[in-house]
Amino acid sequence: MLLQTKPFPVDKIRQDFPILQRKVHGKRLVYLDNAATTQKPRQVIDALVDYYSRYNSNVHRSVHTLGEEATEAYESSRERVARFVGAAPKGLVFLRGTTEASNLVRFAWGEKFVRRGDTLVLTMMEHHSNIVPWQLLAKRKGAKLRFVGLLSNGTLDPAQLEDALKESPRLVAVTHCSNVLGTINDVARICSIARKSGATTFVDGAQAVPHLPVDVTTIGCDFYAFSGHKMLGPTGIGALAVKKDLLSEMEPFQGGGEMVREVFLDHSTWNVAPHKFEAGTVNIADSIGLGAAVDYLTALGMERVRNHELGLLKYAMETLSGVKGFKHYGAQKVARKVGVISFNLADIHPHDLATILDEEGVAIRSGHHCAKPLMNWLGVAATSRASFYVYNSEDDIDVLKAGLEKARRIFKL
Amino acid sequence: MSSADIYREVILDYYRNPRNFGKLEKFDIDAHDTNPLCGDEVDMQIRVGPGSRIEEIKFTGKGCAISQASASMLTELAKGKPLEWVKQVSKENILKLLGSPELGPARIKCALLGMKVLKTGVYGYMGSHYEDSEDSSSNR
Repeated sequence: MLLQTKPFPVDKIRQDFPILQRKVHGKRLVYLDNAATTQKPRQVIDALVDYYSRYNSNVHRSVHTLGEEATEAYESSRERVARFVGAAPKGLVFLRGTTEASNLVRFAWGEKFVRRGDTLVLTMMEHHSNIVPWQLLAKRKGAKLRFVGLLSNGTLDPAQLEDALKESPRLVAVTHCSNVLGTINDVARICSIARKSGATTFVDGAQAVPHLPVDVTTIGCDFYAFSGHKMLGPTGIGALAVKKDLLSEMEPFQGGGEMVREVFLDHSTWNVAPHKFEAGTVNIADSIGLGAAVDYLTALGMERVRNHELGLLKYAMETLSGVKGFKHYGAQKVARKVGVISFNLADIHPHDLATILDEEGVAIRSGHHCAKPLMNWLGVAATSRASFYVYNSEDDIDVLKAGLEKARRIFKL
Repeated sequence: MSSADIYREVILDYYRNPRNFGKLEKFDIDAHDTNPLCGDEVDMQIRVGPGSRIEEIKFTGKGCAISQASASMLTELAKGKPLEWVKQVSKENILKLLGSPELGPARIKCALLGMKVLKTGVYGYMGSHYEDSEDSSSNR
């Protein structure tokens, strides 16, 4: 508890991120596009350089010293990443990211278990990566999709969810946190009632694992996916946590080396999980980098990370609401949100706003955020989005506010 | 160039009060395109008159100031011109209309969306196909 009361060391953290030293258009970089991807601390960059400079080698194959060191580092990284989200290392598959995770489930689980006439339940706040793979699966299998709508405060409509579960769906795929609205869904409750209706559950944790303490065992889902690059790690690496009893029932994803036990001319037998789902030479360097990112976040403590972001979110909501024409989308209550604010400013299109803010060194996201169904529900073509992380401070939000005021002046408002 | 130079009064005026905005009741050409990066949309309708000239042209759309103002300005410029004229419209013409010497790679697609729609529609009407060299078809 003592840790919780100590101030969050933002200044010290900022020293760990080389990119925060750079200038954009002569201004200090104010990076508020963290929901898209986060910056990387020196510790993660060093882990990559160290691997390539000292012990680059293939894993699980070579008997020589480098091969053993690389294998040890890769599997140790898996253990730390698994522990970070409360998963068993044997059930933690390394892959490219959340998108590849939903596609793995589509093939390795969906091809075997989804049948004609089945219902797959999704929500209106999903990222395209948690919609399109299921559309493709439904089309191939003759299954149907059903979407749970939202209440006006940007949370899932519990009545619609209950209704959808009455159909005994084969799958419920839901995001832990919305990448547009920041809404934190009660995924433990959703998975609990989904299981009672017989559904398998897939949780998209891309916006949750970087920002909240997450324990997949407590959530009780069958699949939980997240991306490394949104949590200080390298691009091209992510993980899928799979519940134990599904590991042996599922078919492989891709075929190739490493995922097999024995190969004959007419058939093969499969390696044990998680290797069964990791065909070919894996992304060794970036897995090790993700391990370093997890170490960095573990040292900070995820409760403290969450409290820091909650503080920024409160400050930002108060500060930005003071700008005339500021319209915010989603819940006003910050306790049910991660550090994501989607907004529009008067009649300024998000792209024009992002251009003007860029001149002030401020990086935000503008557009549909790969969530077009949600944009349609909001009745907008695009929004601007500011999202926070461990290296952001109240100063950053003040610079954003000044940028919004400048945009108003340029647009003669 | 600074954003104060890009968003000059005239651009804001075309954004807020677009000329030739709307639909035609009778038209010979109807073309539509979007910019997947930002979701900008432009739809253009053209009625072809005697001498294969652009007799009437209107557009609808939604998107940023740059995409909507450039589409609107282009319809004004195109009205009364022969269809053949459309072939030689270039990126430089559009930048001149906007009064911007250059736009960054992320925003040039916004500026050229109207031109792309106009060319797609007119080339199709004339029985050929518009190959857009500016369009990387990236869906970022």
